[in-house]
Amino acid sequence: MSRYRIPGKGRVDHAAPVRFSFDGRSYMGLRGDTVASALLANGVHLMGRSFKYHRPRGAVTAGSEEPNALIGTSRGKGRAEPNTRATMQELRAGLVAESQNRWPGLGFDAGAVNDLLYPLFSAGFYYKTFMWPRAFWDRLYEPVIRAAAGLGRAPGEPDPDRYASRYLHADLLVVGAGPAGLAAARAAARAGLRVTLVDEHAEMGGALLSDPGVVIEGRPAWDWLAAVLEELRGLGVRLMCRTTAIGYYHQNMIGLCERLTDHLDSPPETAPRERLWRVRAARVVLAQGAIEKPLVFDGNDRPGVMLAGAAQTYLHRFGVLVGRRAAVVTAHDSAYFAAFDLADAGVRIAVLVDTRDAPPADLLDQARRRGIEVLAGHSVTATAGRLRIRSVRVNRVRDGQVAGGRAIACDCLLMSGGWTPSLHLFSHTKGSLIWDAAAQTYLPGETIEDCHVAGAGRGLWGYGAVLADGDAAGVAAASALGRAAAGAAPAVAHDRTGSGEAQRELPSDMAPSLARAFVDFQNDVTAKDIRLAVREGMKSIEHVKRYTTTGMATDQGKLSNINGLMIAADMLGKAPPQVGLTTFRPPYTPTTFGALAGYHRGSHFELTRKTPIDAWAEERGAVFEPVAQWRRAWYFPRPGEDMEAAVARECLATRASVGIFDASTLGKIEVAGPDAVEFMNRMYTNPWSKLAPGRTRYGLLLGEDGFIRDDGVIGRLADDLFHVTTTTGGAARVLTMMEDYLQTEWPDLRVWLTSTTEHWAVAALNGPNARKVLEPLVEGLDISNDAFPHMSVTECRVAGIPARLFRLSFTGELGFEINVPARHGPDLWRALMAAGAAHDICPYGTETMHVLRAEKGFIIVGQDTDGTVTPADAGLGWAIGKAKPDFVGKRSLSRPDMVAPGRKQLVGLLTEDGAVRLEEGAQIVDDPARPLPMRMVGHVTSSYRSATLGRSIAMALIENGHSRMGELVHVPMPGRTHRARITGTAFYDPDGARMKL
Amino acid sequence: MLLIHCPYCDETLPEAEFAYAGEAHIARPADPMATSDEEWRDYLFIRTNARGPHYERWRHVHGCGRFFNALRDTVSDRFLMTYKAGVPRPDLPATEDAQ
Repeated sequence: MSRYRIPGKGRVDHAAPVRFSFDGRSYMGLRGDTVASALLANGVHLMGRSFKYHRPRGAVTAGSEEPNALIGTSRGKGRAEPNTRATMQELRAGLVAESQNRWPGLGFDAGAVNDLLYPLFSAGFYYKTFMWPRAFWDRLYEPVIRAAAGLGRAPGEPDPDRYASRYLHADLLVVGAGPAGLAAARAAARAGLRVTLVDEHAEMGGALLSDPGVVIEGRPAWDWLAAVLEELRGLGVRLMCRTTAIGYYHQNMIGLCERLTDHLDSPPETAPRERLWRVRAARVVLAQGAIEKPLVFDGNDRPGVMLAGAAQTYLHRFGVLVGRRAAVVTAHDSAYFAAFDLADAGVRIAVLVDTRDAPPADLLDQARRRGIEVLAGHSVTATAGRLRIRSVRVNRVRDGQVAGGRAIACDCLLMSGGWTPSLHLFSHTKGSLIWDAAAQTYLPGETIEDCHVAGAGRGLWGYGAVLADGDAAGVAAASALGRAAAGAAPAVAHDRTGSGEAQRELPSDMAPSLARAFVDFQNDVTAKDIRLAVREGMKSIEHVKRYTTTGMATDQGKLSNINGLMIAADMLGKAPPQVGLTTFRPPYTPTTFGALAGYHRGSHFELTRKTPIDAWAEERGAVFEPVAQWRRAWYFPRPGEDMEAAVARECLATRASVGIFDASTLGKIEVAGPDAVEFMNRMYTNPWSKLAPGRTRYGLLLGEDGFIRDDGVIGRLADDLFHVTTTTGGAARVLTMMEDYLQTEWPDLRVWLTSTTEHWAVAALNGPNARKVLEPLVEGLDISNDAFPHMSVTECRVAGIPARLFRLSFTGELGFEINVPARHGPDLWRALMAAGAAHDICPYGTETMHVLRAEKGFIIVGQDTDGTVTPADAGLGWAIGKAKPDFVGKRSLSRPDMVAPGRKQLVGLLTEDGAVRLEEGAQIVDDPARPLPMRMVGHVTSSYRSATLGRSIAMALIENGHSRMGELVHVPMPGRTHRARITGTAFYDPDGARMKL
Repeated sequence: MLLIHCPYCDETLPEAEFAYAGEAHIARPADPMATSDEEWRDYLFIRTNARGPHYERWRHVHGCGRFFNALRDTVSDRFLMTYKAGVPRPDLPATEDAQ
C-alpha cells in the first residue's frame, strides 16, 4: 500500500490495483483513482512545469478547473492527447502519462532559467520587447517565440478513434449532480417530468462525495446519495456521468460532451471515444456549484500548495492524504472542515492561519479540541522548498501592519480564498451577472433563456440551503410545464455552513516587486503583473486580461478571474463591478475536435457528388478535380503522360476529329408555365419572346446591382417550357434567385421552377467529326446542318434512349450535347465511345474544356468575372435585349459609376514570348520601372498553353482594356517581369465558322 | 441553434433548415428605369441595420422552399413572430414575449 493511502477509505476499489506510468516510471493506483489522486497516493506532487517560467507545479485542485497538473496521455499510435487534466483523467491499466513543458526532465528543466529572468518578463513583455527592429520579427523573434510557445505536443498521426453525436429532447436538463442538482432532478422527476441529469465526473454526488459526514433525511450523505440515484433511475431519469455541458446555446440547446472510453482499460475497437449531445430542454437547471479560489501570496504555486477543498476531496473520495504535516491558510470557514477531516484522519495540522481577525467561535472551539493552533489575523507571506513545499512563512497583521514572520515546517499547504459561483454556462445565455457586495462575488441575474441557477451557483452555502434550493428549482421547472409538484426540502443534520471574506493578494512584508504571488497559474500571471498593467493605463478588465493574459489560458480563469478583478479594482480605486468581468465563452472545458466533428470526417466531411459517368472515368484512369462539390474528370492521362501532355493531346484530338466530355454537372432548371417567357424576359438580359421552340440562346443573368451572376445556354422546348442551363457552381444560387423573384416580387406569374441538374446525364460531343459519330445513333431526326443548325434543341432518341439533343458549342467546334435520363448515362456514353472508335474519339476532362473555350474567348463566370464585372466590361453587351423595358439589373447598368471611364474590361493577352505562360491572378502594371508600391491596372483571369496555337494565351481584366488594343503591359511574376500585348479574346477561329459546319 | 416557425408549414423547426435572406419589406420598384440614381441606390444598398426588432426575410430552404418574413430581435436573437410573404408589415408586438 502506498504511503499516503488510507486502507479501506474512499470510494476507490482497494482490491483492484491499477498499474500505470508517469514520465516513464511505473506506479500503482486503484480502480476509481484519477491520475492526480494516484500520484498523490504515491507521494508525488510535482506533475508539471508552468507555461512561462517553467516553475515546478503540482495539482492545485481535484476537478476540471485544474490549471497546473496538465499531462499528455497516450494509448498507441495517434491516440495521444496533450493538456489532459490529471485531476480528471481516470486511471486505467497501462495508462502512459507524461508531464509537459519541461526539458530534459521534470525534476531538472532547462527552461526554468526563465524563472530567474522574472524581472524581464513583466506584463506586456512581448509588446514592449519585440517592437523593433522590425526586420527581427520574421527572422528571430517569431521563430523563437513559436518554438517556446504552446503547452503539450499535438499528435502527428490522424486520430484513429470514432466520435459519435446524438440529439436529445428533455423536459428538464439538470447540469451538475451535486446536492442541488440531485434535489432538483428528484423533485421534477417525481412530478412526472422527463429529466436528464449530467455530471462531468466519473460518478455523481458532487460535494457530497467529499463530505460523507453530513446526514440528509436521516441517512449519511453517501447512503442518501445511493438512495436518490436509485430513485431517479426508477423514475426514468437519464443519468449521464463523465458528461460535460460545454455550452449553452439559443433557445435552451445545450451541448454535452460524453467521454465514453478514456477510462476503460481496453475499449472495444468499434466503440466511439466521445459522444456529442445536442440537448433541447424545455427547462434547464444549472447546478454547477462553486469553485474554490486560491489565495494570492508569494510562492502560492509551489507543489504541495493546493486548495483546501481539494485536499478534502482527495481524502474522502480517494482515501489519499496529500501530506503528513499540513499548514492551512484561509479566508473562509470551509477550510476549517478540511483541516478537521484531515486531522481526524491522522494528519498533523501544523498551523491554521486565518486572515480574518475573528473567526467563528464554534470553529475555534472545534480546532482547540483537536489541538490545532489557529492564528487569526495572520497572513502567509512566503513558502520555501524546491520541488515541494518545505515550510510556510506566517506573519501577524495588525491594522494593516505586517509584523515579522516565522517559518513553520509543513509538507503541504491548504488554502481557501472562498468560493466563486460557477456561472460559465449562465453567461453563455447572455445572462446578466450582478455583483454581490456582501459575498464579494458575481451572482446570476436575468436571462432570456428558460433557465434557473440553483445551489452554490447562486451563492448559497451549506447543504440544507443548497438542497432546499435545488428542490425548489425542480418544483419550479415542473410548475412551469404545468405539472403539480410538491416540494420536499430535505432535512440536514451535521450541516457544514459558513462564510468568508474576499482577499486581494495577502498582506506581506516583502517588497511587492520581488513577490511571486500567482493569480493565474496556467498563464503565469502574478499580482504584480496586474498592478503594473493598471499603472500602464489598462483601465478595463478586458484590457488587463489581454495585456497580462490573465484568464486567457485553457481554464478560462476559473480560479483566477475574481482574484485578478479584485486586485485590478483595488489598484483603480473602483468597485469591482465598475471594472467589469470578462466574458465566458463555450466550451466550458477544452473539447476535442473529434467530438465536435463527430461523423463528419474524411469523406463524410463534405459530400462528393459524382456523375453517372464517374465510374467509367475512374476505370479509364482519369485524374479528378473538385468543382463545387462535384468530382469531375480533370484529364485522362495515358501511360507516361503528365498533365500538360495529356491536355495538349486531348485538345488537338478534339479539334482534329472528335472529343467527348462529361457535362452532366451543368446546372439545369426547367422553367414551365404560361408566363414562362415573361419570367425569362424579366430574369435574363436577353430577349426571349421571339425565340422559337426548338431554338436555343446564350443567356446572361445579372444581379440587381448589374454585375454578372451566371450564364448558360437556354433552350426553348415549347411555348411554355424552357430548359435553362447554369454554371456547375451556380445551379443552386440561380434557382434560389429565381424562386426569390417568383415568390416575392412576381407572385402573379404562373411559372413553376424545377431543378433537373441530376435528372440528366450529359455527353458533349465536339469536333469536326461529331456529327459522323452521332448521326447513326439518332432516331427520327435529321441532324444535318440545314435541318438542325447551330443553336437548335429538340427531343429525340439517341442509341434507343429518349434524349434532349442540343446543338451548341463551348469549344468552337461543331458540337452536340446529348441529355438522357441519368440512369441511362453510362449506356449512352458507351454507345458514343463505340460509335466514335472509327474517328479516334478522345475523352477529355475539364482542363481541356477550359483551354478550348479560352481559345475561343468564352468566359467562365467566377473565373473571368468576379462579381464586379458588367456585361459591357466582359464584352457581352450584345447579349442585352435593349428594347426590353426591364430585367433584373437593367437599371444598375446606367448608374454613374457603371458607365464611368476606368472600368476594368476583359481582354486577351499575348506574351511577347509565347513559351511563357502567365500565372492566373498575376497583377498587371503599365510601367515596372516605377517605384514600389506601383499602380496595378488589372490582373490575369485565365491563362493556358494552347497546343492548337502553339503558344500561350491569356485573358485579363484591365482598366479601359477595350480601348487599349495592341498596347504593351507588364506582368511581374516570380523571377522576372513579362511583357504582353493586349488583344481581343477570340484567339481561334474568330468568325466561328467551325461551329457551323 | 435557433428554432424557427415556418408560417407555411406551420411547424417550429431547427435553424439548419432555414436560410437568412436579408431585410424584409423592401419592394422592387415597379418601374426601375423611372427611379433616380439616389432612389435606386437606396433600394440596392441602404439597409436599416437595426439594434433590436428587425423585419427580415428567411427561406425554409431545406423544407417547403418558401420565402417568408420574420421579426427578430437582433440583440437577444429571439424571433418575435414570423409571417407569410406578402402580408403587410405588422406592428411591433407590445411585449417581447408575444410569439
